[in-house]
Amino acid sequence: MAVEGIGARALRKEDKRFLTGKGRYTDDIVAPGMGFAAFVRSPHAHARIKGIDASAALAKPGVDAVLTGDQLVGDGIGNIICGWMIHSKDGTPMKMGGWRALEPELVRHVGQAVAVVIADTLGQARDAADAVVVDYEELPSVTDAVAALGPDAPQIHPEAEGNLIFDWEIGDEAAVNAAFENAAHVTRMNIQNNRVVPNPMEPRAALADYNTAEEHFTLYTTSQNPHVARLVLSAFYNIAPEHKLRVVAPDVGGGFGAKIYVYPEEMVCLWASKRVGRPVKWVCDRTEAFLTDAHGRDHQSEAELALDSDNKIIGLRVKTVANLGAYMSLFSSAVPTYLYATLLSGQYNIPAVHANVKAVYTNTTPVDAYRGAGRPEATYLLERIMETAAREVGLSPADFRRRNFVRSFPHQTPVIMCYDAGDYDATLDAALNAADYDGFPARKAEAASRGKLRGIGISCYIEACGIAPSAAVGSLGAGVGLWESAEVRVNPVGTIEILTGSHSHGQGHETTFSQLVCERFGLDSDSVAIVHGDTDKVQFGMGTYGSRSGAVGMSAIVKALDKVEAKAKKIAAHLMEASEGDIQIEGGELKVAGTDKKLSFTEVALAAYTAHNLPEGMEPGLKEGAFYDPTNFTFPAGTYICEVEIDPETGKTEIVNFVAADDFGKVINPMIVEGQVHGGLVQGIGQALLESVTYGENGQLLTATYMDYAMPRADDVPSFNLSTHETLCPGNPLGIKGCGEAGAIGSPPAVINAITDAIGNNDLTMPAKPEKVWALYHSSMKEAAE
Amino acid sequence: MSKVSMVLNGKAVSADVEDRTLLVSFIREVRELTGTHVGCDTSQCGACVVHVDGRAVKSCTMLAAQADGAEVLTIEGLARDGALHPIQAAFREHHGLQCGFCTPGMILSALDMINRHGPGNLDEKTIRHELEGNICRCTGYHNIVKAIKAASDQMAGMAQAAE
Repeated sequence: MAVEGIGARALRKEDKRFLTGKGRYTDDIVAPGMGFAAFVRSPHAHARIKGIDASAALAKPGVDAVLTGDQLVGDGIGNIICGWMIHSKDGTPMKMGGWRALEPELVRHVGQAVAVVIADTLGQARDAADAVVVDYEELPSVTDAVAALGPDAPQIHPEAEGNLIFDWEIGDEAAVNAAFENAAHVTRMNIQNNRVVPNPMEPRAALADYNTAEEHFTLYTTSQNPHVARLVLSAFYNIAPEHKLRVVAPDVGGGFGAKIYVYPEEMVCLWASKRVGRPVKWVCDRTEAFLTDAHGRDHQSEAELALDSDNKIIGLRVKTVANLGAYMSLFSSAVPTYLYATLLSGQYNIPAVHANVKAVYTNTTPVDAYRGAGRPEATYLLERIMETAAREVGLSPADFRRRNFVRSFPHQTPVIMCYDAGDYDATLDAALNAADYDGFPARKAEAASRGKLRGIGISCYIEACGIAPSAAVGSLGAGVGLWESAEVRVNPVGTIEILTGSHSHGQGHETTFSQLVCERFGLDSDSVAIVHGDTDKVQFGMGTYGSRSGAVGMSAIVKALDKVEAKAKKIAAHLMEASEGDIQIEGGELKVAGTDKKLSFTEVALAAYTAHNLPEGMEPGLKEGAFYDPTNFTFPAGTYICEVEIDPETGKTEIVNFVAADDFGKVINPMIVEGQVHGGLVQGIGQALLESVTYGENGQLLTATYMDYAMPRADDVPSFNLSTHETLCPGNPLGIKGCGEAGAIGSPPAVINAITDAIGNNDLTMPAKPEKVWALYHSSMKEAAE
Repeated sequence: MSKVSMVLNGKAVSADVEDRTLLVSFIREVRELTGTHVGCDTSQCGACVVHVDGRAVKSCTMLAAQADGAEVLTIEGLARDGALHPIQAAFREHHGLQCGFCTPGMILSALDMINRHGPGNLDEKTIRHELEGNICRCTGYHNIVKAIKAASDQMAGMAQAAE
């Protein structure tokens, strides 16, 4: 087998088990004697609980217990917390209301859990849950964030007066005001970022197993970060001390942010397992997922862009109301602040930026990080107003952007971020060429001859990955450090295990992480195994989100590999009586440069473990660990161009071409990177064209199944035209920037810019459903005719 | 309770199950073949697709009792003698899977699609239309479509070679 190192399109090591039905997801795991959990959920968006009568449920066959919030609180189980402190502009800390895993007094969104039934079978548990009688006193509710700030809105948490969690700002307001006073042109827009649901195809699940003799818990669960889950369950929720709690995240079927957090259900399964004395399994059904998985986005913003007489940007002013839902989820406060407003400078030289963000409680499912987390909201706002400003001043959208690009690095923006490296002209040029941008007018004319409307839209995104330098995020309010750890374990026979704190739930880490080892030691990938997702095996880790597994996770592996390589070279030099500096590693062998002396990697590994002949004072063994803490964020960037054709009779949009030119820094496996971009693009296109959470009167979630929530299907989207340009990231040893979220971040504005170009009406909101597009186009036509 | 018998991946099996037992529960819980997945409650996502008497069926929407006497094929029965089926191999070759959760249903839908249209008779538009009943959230479908097309063409070549 050929050695497949950095840059190889290595086929995935993990595929065979998934292709043959041998994957092992949480719901596939069975514990002897396990019972099943079914939750009793609120049918009301806002209601006082006056009583819970479990007697009929308890009389049903197979039922072990009906547990409620009073018992949970009585057992000292802690409130669910938000782990990132944000201070309002007046210096006061954010106003966090209490969130109990089972609510005993006041429910605040439809679907909130108030009780759980544990029974012998899932059918029995569900039958009994239906028999639990909860007496509610319904209260007025509010689901829209702007409405929730209004004077007549119902109060949701006593801690947050007027439902305002924080009123935060970033940037120099006086400088921005001055820029607007001197502006030659100002573009103003109201911009909405619609609420969407992450929808990993594997629903969340938990299997909790309490061992009464050991007083030890094991939790199998659908987590992107099992160590973080254990830390939170232990330190804040009082489930058990860390050494008495093992968290295993086996194969996990997608995450997209939704599986970062510890939710009420996982906590309750652990607690219930101890209460009823048997393992407890819970598997979310899809409607429960819509009701309880953290939603994404949901911003309402006003944006203003000030230009000088040369059409250079001189200021950006943004006011955003962010809907955080009924409770503050784990990273919910960071998403509309430090992951959002810090990217508002985009790829552009903007001397003054000011953003004000109000975070608001509503009677809706909590909102937290979803693929991109804050950066899609920033990119959508900025790239919509950039395209609009270009149209207003009569410049080509490409030229207007190019006129304002950052070209000198490092570049300090007015909103904290310091861009380390990039080449925005290169990705714009690549995209314009691939899209045949110059040929668009001819294509538009040809489409018109067929009675179709054709439009083209650009989006030049930048985002921040490599999350994150621990001291920096600590100073901004993060409750944890965001480094990563790795351990490289060379076995006596020379095979290698990499233990990583990153977690793969589709990203192909088993393949890409192995490629680092193959590259370093010239071994084939069959000699390498990646171990992750189990707190008993891996010492610690911060997990996978924010496109951090490459830039941070792989950097930790590189650091550990450096140590292993140095020790292996010392041993080889000693055994071959050569100078350490003359040892070269090539093709799985350690050679003395300029001679024919060599040892295989296996021989050196064996020597390290037999320890019969090691350098004076050296410890036996060949196993090294490392912690890597990034020095800066990384800044993936690129240009996306979308071309659409719209049928004016129906308003239906067809994406006829979509081009993505990305700069992710060093690419380890192009095949996997392309796959990440494809998936991200379709999530972004889904948000732009199809997906949207809709709440009805009284806070009922109307989009709670795949019949009502439009997930992108294969025939809703095109095939893609991708390219990458490598500007190496100077901040980490491999030069990686990260690729997991870019597609979802950059694509929505490209789609909406293209549709508004086609219909000649800029008032379009996402999702661009046919009825909306049709109505806007025909109102434009009517106006033009009048 | 009723006794349900079927030929599952070539092997005769039977069990006494509750009348309300779904085919997917029979496969996953009674027969402990966990390659077939459940991703929704409304027959939209297709993660549970298996073949019943040679036709693709959403096993979450059929009672086990309805499959009494049938031949059922799940993802575990597709590879023969350790060799991947051409569709499985094409999904690997073209990176048509990421998290793997929708993959078994995708592959069994692809097999049904190729059988119905005949190997070699699928173009991108047809494949995309035919995949209406299978949702993938990871891949954006791009590589799934490529994989199915490649498998279809390869199976046509194999059929020709066999003639």
